[in-house]
Amino acid sequence: MNARVLVSYKSTVLDPQGQTVRSALEGLGYRSIADVRQGKVFDIVLSEGTSREQAAKELNAIAHEVLANPVIEEYRVEILD
Amino acid sequence: MRFGVIVFPGSNCDHDAFYAVGQNLGQPVEYIWHDESSLGNLDAVILPGGFAYGDYLRCGAIAKFSPVMNAVKKFAAAGGLVLGVCNGFQILVEAGLLPGALVRNRGLKFICRPVTLRVETANSPFTCAAERGRRLRLPIAHGEGRYYADERTLDELEAEDRVAFRYLDNPNGSLRDIAGVLNRERNVMGMMPHPERATEPLMGSSDGLAVFQSMLRAGQAVAA
Repeated sequence: MNARVLVSYKSTVLDPQGQTVRSALEGLGYRSIADVRQGKVFDIVLSEGTSREQAAKELNAIAHEVLANPVIEEYRVEILD
Repeated sequence: MRFGVIVFPGSNCDHDAFYAVGQNLGQPVEYIWHDESSLGNLDAVILPGGFAYGDYLRCGAIAKFSPVMNAVKKFAAAGGLVLGVCNGFQILVEAGLLPGALVRNRGLKFICRPVTLRVETANSPFTCAAERGRRLRLPIAHGEGRYYADERTLDELEAEDRVAFRYLDNPNGSLRDIAGVLNRERNVMGMMPHPERATEPLMGSSDGLAVFQSMLRAGQAVAA
């Protein structure tokens, strides 16, 4: 089973990297880009025999405790197959 | 007064902190390796600057799970003095010992230069040898030093007199110019500027001594 955890800054936290990418895109002439927020992706392979429920439980726990800092970031856990 | 300096893999201001305390404050000091599960018999512990565990994932995010951090949490809960400088501050917020977070500087650049701070409260074991309003000239050296907390937390810090230092000319976009904060019990402080790098004239400033002298005074008051 494969899973993906997406971590990004909360909308209230300034993201100067995303802003820099946005202004670079503007400089390249991509006029339709209004905003860019940069984040992180964790592709995770689960051990064979792990149940979907167990996987969801553990992935949410590690996203909350390790992969994201809930003070500044939000996360989304996706179980892919 | 017995000081300890935690050494994480990737710490790089541990020797500076050791020197500041041992040579310029004149107090006994020892190193504590990150996989120690006990701090031994200490009165104060310093989490130094650097890039603990390479700062992988987020600054301080891996360091907060090291064995020594359980000992630091117990030490703090028992009232021991804990000072986190730069990466040490980042580790303390990740570990939940201090509120808020430290994020990428507004200008995205790593900034390494002296800045001027204002002491915002003398009511702490880290600032009691100074007075409110005193200016300190200390070096900063960080890429992720922009203090962030939600509005409610910032209001609470101010209402409880827990902002220890503010930047006079905010270099990194820190919210409300905050350079250092205290926990509610006032025995844990984190700051981005480096007091240990300004403890004798040869370093260009001795202003950082005020932090260590405050700790010594507070420690002696407890012992008396």
